[in-house]
Amino acid sequence: MISGRLRNVAAQWKSIAKEAMDRTLIVAKFFCILHVTNTYICSPCHVHGPSMLPTLNITGDVILAERISSRLGKVAPGDIVLVRSPENPRKLVAKRVLGMEGDRVTFLVDPKVSDRYESVIVPKGHVWVQGDNIYASHDSRNFGPVPYGLIQGKAFCRIWPYDGFGSLG
Amino acid sequence: MVTASFLWNLTKKTVTGGLIGLTISDRYASVASVQGLSMHPTFNPGTPSFLGSLTGDHVLVEKFSLEKYKFSHGDVIIFRAPSNHREKHIKRIIALPGDWIRIPSYDALKIPEGHCWVEGDNSASSLDSRSYGPIPLGLVEGRVTHIIWPPQRFGEVERRIPQGRLSS
Repeated sequence: MISGRLRNVAAQWKSIAKEAMDRTLIVAKFFCILHVTNTYICSPCHVHGPSMLPTLNITGDVILAERISSRLGKVAPGDIVLVRSPENPRKLVAKRVLGMEGDRVTFLVDPKVSDRYESVIVPKGHVWVQGDNIYASHDSRNFGPVPYGLIQGKAFCRIWPYDGFGSLG
Repeated sequence: MVTASFLWNLTKKTVTGGLIGLTISDRYASVASVQGLSMHPTFNPGTPSFLGSLTGDHVLVEKFSLEKYKFSHGDVIIFRAPSNHREKHIKRIIALPGDWIRIPSYDALKIPEGHCWVEGDNSASSLDSRSYGPIPLGLVEGRVTHIIWPPQRFGEVERRIPQGRLSS
């Protein structure tokens, strides 16, 4: 009698444990899929600040960045990329690629003050990134060319605000 | 029909396993093999052979330090080479942002914000910050904590701080 009841309780606990295990596994799988999608395919990203005016708004846009072309080395001049800032590795910045390795880049050193320009040759394995708003952008003109390995993704689509929805040139 | 459902199950399990493995290796810990002699006394103490990647040391790389990018002097890190994003190098951190480092050919250099100075333990055959300068911390992919293969060399990688390189 008692042993039968014990067996019942044990069976109950076993089924509860199994159910909990299954649920945990489903949640874990969900997070894994989310992580892999975000890291290897594409991820949404919120960008703000004046440096990419007029392409991106000052108040903040949500853009989609794809991770495939940067991994395959297909980033070309003219693309908007997300770069891990060389000065603060915890920050991502959105800039436009202006030159790949071996290119000669000519840029205005400080357009607010003078028309003085300089030109440099981008070293091997580096890219030259600059904001579209040359008057208020902290970019390669300040910290020099950035290693290609810092490129995290290529922005291709704006998803918010709705009226600006569409692909980014 | 049995084989079809078996194959479907197998595919599902493989994909799930792959996803979980990829997530763990990206976020928490992974294994890397060390090649070359640039870290000589610490890794690959034997003579090099033709079977490079088979006889080289395998190390455990932890990724928790990437949450905050907090590193200490003497940590061994793995990072993408600044001149080629497909290569990964393993070196030791000598100086962190704000430090002044003494270089033989140069006087003293201040490490800029968000960068670090890396050097191999075997300074005779190492391509490191002495040739390409300080590297951005954003290139760091993880911190090497243990040697896990070959088994007789299993053990922690100690933090070593070279003397007399930093000038305060």
